[in-house]
Amino acid sequence: MANNFFVAPSPHLHSAMSTRSIMRDVLIALLPALAVSAAVFGLNVLLVAAVSVLSCVLFEFLAQKYLLGGPCTVGNLSAAVTGLLLAFNLPSSIPLWLVVVGAFVAIVIGKITFGGLGKNPFNPALVGRVFLLISYPVQMTTFPKALDNSWLDAFSGATPLAVVKGADNLASVDFLQMAGGNIPGSLGEVAAAALLLGFLYLLWRKVITWHIPVTVLGTMALFAFVYAAATGMPSAALWQYPLFHLVAGGAMLGAIFMATDYSTSPMTVKGAVIFAVGIGIITMAIRLWGAYPEGMSFAILIMNACVPLINKYIKPRRFGVKK
Amino acid sequence: MNTFPIGGVHPSENKLSRGTAVETLPLPDEVTIPLAQHIGAPATAKVAKGDKVLTGQLIAEASSFMSANIHSPISGTVTAVDMAVNGQGLRQMMITIKREGDEWVETIDRSTELKRECTLAPADIIAKIKDAGIVGMGGATFPTHVKLSVPPGKKAEYLIINGVECEPYLTSDHRTMLERGEELLTGVEILKKALGVDKAVVGIENNKPDAIAHLKSLVEKSFPGIEIMPLKVRYPQGGEKQLIAAVTGREVPPPPGLPIDVGAVVCNASTTVAVYEAVQKNKPLIERIVTITGKELASPKNLLTRMGTPITTLIEAAGGLPEGEVKVLNGGPMMGRAMCNLASPVTKGCSGITVLSGADASRTAESECIKCAKCVSACPMSLEPYFISKLSRRKNWEAVEANNITDCIECGCCQFTCPAGIPLLDYVRLGKQTVMGIIRARAAAAAKK
Repeated sequence: MANNFFVAPSPHLHSAMSTRSIMRDVLIALLPALAVSAAVFGLNVLLVAAVSVLSCVLFEFLAQKYLLGGPCTVGNLSAAVTGLLLAFNLPSSIPLWLVVVGAFVAIVIGKITFGGLGKNPFNPALVGRVFLLISYPVQMTTFPKALDNSWLDAFSGATPLAVVKGADNLASVDFLQMAGGNIPGSLGEVAAAALLLGFLYLLWRKVITWHIPVTVLGTMALFAFVYAAATGMPSAALWQYPLFHLVAGGAMLGAIFMATDYSTSPMTVKGAVIFAVGIGIITMAIRLWGAYPEGMSFAILIMNACVPLINKYIKPRRFGVKK
Repeated sequence: MNTFPIGGVHPSENKLSRGTAVETLPLPDEVTIPLAQHIGAPATAKVAKGDKVLTGQLIAEASSFMSANIHSPISGTVTAVDMAVNGQGLRQMMITIKREGDEWVETIDRSTELKRECTLAPADIIAKIKDAGIVGMGGATFPTHVKLSVPPGKKAEYLIINGVECEPYLTSDHRTMLERGEELLTGVEILKKALGVDKAVVGIENNKPDAIAHLKSLVEKSFPGIEIMPLKVRYPQGGEKQLIAAVTGREVPPPPGLPIDVGAVVCNASTTVAVYEAVQKNKPLIERIVTITGKELASPKNLLTRMGTPITTLIEAAGGLPEGEVKVLNGGPMMGRAMCNLASPVTKGCSGITVLSGADASRTAESECIKCAKCVSACPMSLEPYFISKLSRRKNWEAVEANNITDCIECGCCQFTCPAGIPLLDYVRLGKQTVMGIIRARAAAAAKK
């Protein structure tokens, strides 16, 4: 009997899920929205996405090798996810050199500086996006027109959020066009329906749970409803206005793909719900009263900063101790 | 359908031997019997080298309240009472007996006929269970008579029979429920009487519909007052605290809380059959059903095996080990112990031998924690495994204790689910052992004052 015996403490089984399989699933979940985006804005979308993914992977490889040390982590695909998410936060007309700058900030400053995957306090893709938004506001907010948009033609490439501040122009919104992605905006902002499809895929693969996305969107809808009611909007606006805020801007992308980033969201369900409510409220506050038309990125980054505090104070209910 | 409230995972079930009827393994030529095969103090040997023993004869006696008797599983001559190497490669005291025939102690009733009626008083039932050396056969090996001796001031309300068998691969309880249903249910009646309870529930996971249907039909026909409760399939439902929560909705308080604090006494299905045999047939715990299983074994099966039989005998009966690298487990793959010495014996707590081969045999590589929180949602005791494991790694024992590490039941859900392949439970175990040592030392110091 020629056998080598393995000995180790239990458990001796391991689920099929790995860091790499999770990241691969996130990439797959983003594909429908990428396809819609390419259909709406043209093939430039794919170019921006490719440059962003490749530069993120390259920066991760170089920074890991020359700054951080340790084994090469490109294979876990997390840099590719950051790259694709960064691209989703950029307009398709952005100069490609800016994409590379954004990728550098996201990976090297947003992630490797803190020790790499799992240690970064802020969502790296959002760090890259907000850096670009503040440093290059013109390039970041010049959106190409969608291929065929009748109802927004009058506003020549402004995003719906910029057009509809308060109830003005709300009546002109075509929700079907918005859900289908036929509006100006960043790559990944435009196709609510495709993003929801990705959400379902992530739920099915058990990569994320529903708590953060549903709570973020629910909080935003409730906030918009109360605002609409309090400011005396016509009765049709009571459902239109909340719905508009859910499909406009980065709400879906942020709630489903950015706020659910593992390293930068809380470890308990209770904590995650608090985190998500915070994101919903801050987003709406910026959208309604802030200088920027969109507040999702800032809201997520602000709540990212609260995560260590949430993890410290929000603990799971101990088994056997009923409240 | 009922299940426990927090956490849990669902590994592939791989119940390869579920449809294989129990076979009787031929008697071994030699057995080795460890004096410590239960939780508590090791038993004291009552035989010496050269003594002749009969099958079922007492060979080692419980040395304290928390201990258990041990009986000879064969007849023959004692050849050694000495240190020997166990499955994990550690030396411990064992009695070795060379077999001569199979001559049983006269008082044991070896007929297969069912004996329903039990006129004994509760105290006498418990005494018989104690004499027979019965311990929890699901793997925990807690002496059954201790469980049944309800401390003053507490009251048992529920008897819960553990037919969950949530460990992947293992099928010994499943086959027991299918093939020995009447004995099992008679055992339940006896235990109900011993405890003075009216509620008895047999909890069975829903992946054993044949066992559920079989026991339900027996209950309808002739065993009133016993409930057969199907449970949603989820590991670790067979954990005592999880099963109590699934059946009664009550949660056992944190340590030192015990099941009896919520009025529950839990007994494994195979143990219940052993109780029946002890009380009605005077038969001590000298044999048990062992599942021998693995994806690359020629014929996974369930074997009625005398205690002390070498593990190798069972593996050969199932077709021998596959070539190459293997991991041989005493128990199932979630909580079983990896063995390095297959000459070691089957003991009272050995519900199965699982052979993992190929990629299943080794661990996945470890990478950085990505804070996915999957361990937190998988933990059935609502701990934060990523956190206490990290604290343990840093030897921050105070913080480890403050984060309730002694609640851990070592089910392994955290490590199973970790996508980064971090050996969370290794460090949690280290922390738990250390903290329990600190707590004991503190109690001893307080007692001295």
